Amino acid sequence: MENFLQQALNGLQLGLVYALIALGYTMVYGIVRLINFAHGDVFMVGSFLAFYAIERYRLPLPAVFAAAVIGCGILAVVIERVAYKPLRNAPRIASLITAIGVSLFLEYFTALHQVFGPNYYAFPRPFRVVSFHAGEIAVTNLQAIILAVTVACYLVLRFIVYRTRVGRGMRAVSYDVVTAGLMGVNVNAVISFTFGLGAALAGVGGVLYGIAYPQIHTFMGIMPGLKAFTAAVLGGIGSIPGAVLGALIMGQSETLTAAYLSSTYRDGIAFLILIGVLLWKPTGILGKPRAEKV
Amino acid sequence: MAILDELLNPYWIQIFQHACVVAVSALGLNIIFGFTGLFSLGHAAFYGVGAYTAALLMKSYAGAYGDGSFLASQAAFLGSLICGGVAAALLACLVGLPVLRLTSDYLGVATLGFGVIMKVVLDNADAFIPQLGGARGMTGIARMTSIPWAVLALSAAVLLVRNLVHSTYGRVLVAIREDETAAAAMGIDTFRYKVIGFTLGCSFAGVAGGLYAHLYAFLHPSSFDFFKSFDVLMIVVLGGLGSMTGTLVASFGWTFLLEGLRVFLPPEYIEFRWVLIPVLLIVTMLLRPQGLLGVREIPILQSRVNR
Repeated sequence: MENFLQQALNGLQLGLVYALIALGYTMVYGIVRLINFAHGDVFMVGSFLAFYAIERYRLPLPAVFAAAVIGCGILAVVIERVAYKPLRNAPRIASLITAIGVSLFLEYFTALHQVFGPNYYAFPRPFRVVSFHAGEIAVTNLQAIILAVTVACYLVLRFIVYRTRVGRGMRAVSYDVVTAGLMGVNVNAVISFTFGLGAALAGVGGVLYGIAYPQIHTFMGIMPGLKAFTAAVLGGIGSIPGAVLGALIMGQSETLTAAYLSSTYRDGIAFLILIGVLLWKPTGILGKPRAEKV
Repeated sequence: MAILDELLNPYWIQIFQHACVVAVSALGLNIIFGFTGLFSLGHAAFYGVGAYTAALLMKSYAGAYGDGSFLASQAAFLGSLICGGVAAALLACLVGLPVLRLTSDYLGVATLGFGVIMKVVLDNADAFIPQLGGARGMTGIARMTSIPWAVLALSAAVLLVRNLVHSTYGRVLVAIREDETAAAAMGIDTFRYKVIGFTLGCSFAGVAGGLYAHLYAFLHPSSFDFFKSFDVLMIVVLGGLGSMTGTLVASFGWTFLLEGLRVFLPPEYIEFRWVLIPVLLIVTMLLRPQGLLGVREIPILQSRVNR
């Protein structure tokens, strides 16, 4: 039982990081109906920015987060302008292909010696990880920080989406782009903002992931990106609580499979759950079915 | 003449065969995605199933029948290719029956998930069939694929897709792509045709996989992961959805570009290969969102009505 709780706690840690990435997928999909495959690589860039901020410039932790958040935000806005915006009125598959292109570009461009380099790098811990014992279960200060940061990000995100002008714009665009534009919403600005906001969360995720699993390389974003995206679909893509719920399920399924079955089945079980859920609820757990219009 | 010599060296001959194999697989995805509009991100999984099935059959039984003569081994190869295609088709039908109830992106994600699951299965395949090699890869496969086989398979695939597309079946598939609700209102059993289109397209991947296995004589699960599904998807979209000519052009262009850059880039810039390729991909998509050829076809592939 203690072992199970300990594993569940590790799963929670992983799930929370997935949640930060999944939120970006779900928001972007909710607004422009694009599976932004480059999102996982933006997360990787966030990790590397944090790596340089700590290793080279010895910045304090809040400044490390700021560097990753701002860097990722700017990167995502640039990507949207260059690769997605010109294709907004083209068939949807065209921007999906450019998204795959951007993803490959980020992975291989940053792997050049002139950029981040192709090696594995040890991520420096900005603070000492200490564990506290509650009965048989060990809780680390790192896990507490991950939980606190993720919850804070989620609350800030909810505040932005439901309580601010730009958030109202996001909801309007997600509901109906054309009408939102006619009602005076600056659609381009709202879409750019959404990409920036999602990437900022991925940047936070990148920092936390680097601290929690301290080995980074330029292809590290692929699997977390895929898992987070799957989590967003599992929870109902377009839904913000859904993304978090899906990410927590993914984190648990992955950790518990590795602990009780075999780590080689880890990815398979996660996707079996996904397919099972989609067959039961075709638009995800919290997703709303869209009426088919003729 | 120097260029001709260069083109006739075994390396480029192998690349040419590879391009034919890729084209067969991509034509299959074009049936699924281009003509029927089913967003599949798991094509490489069926390619892999075909590859492993054909390789296993060839390895286990090819010596057992016939007298080991040229003709007998070629016949065995043909049989194992067909079995690879049938295995992929059976699996596609099995997966398609539940999964094809999903629509658009959800179908894409479910098939992507199936691709990841298939990779996990192949990685652990040695646990139930040791010859498959699991994560260490499968070795000891005969090099059976030759230019005649590659060209023959590709010609058969092109002919089949051409005849399919201009048949009543093909019209139904295109109707489903254009508007599933309207197609259903016309009395078409859309689900049945979606399963047919999906199964047929995946059987192409299976045959292509068998050719691939006997071209490189080595199989590894990482050759069939979801990235490889993206490769085929890029080819089909780059060529133009629903254009056979486009798929052929993009298959050969893509394969030769990948290998050409490997040869022609100066060695100190070789790591720029995968920086250039995505840039080219993005620029092409920005300039031609409908694909290189759109929906155009060369005359021989057009329907008789239009010719």
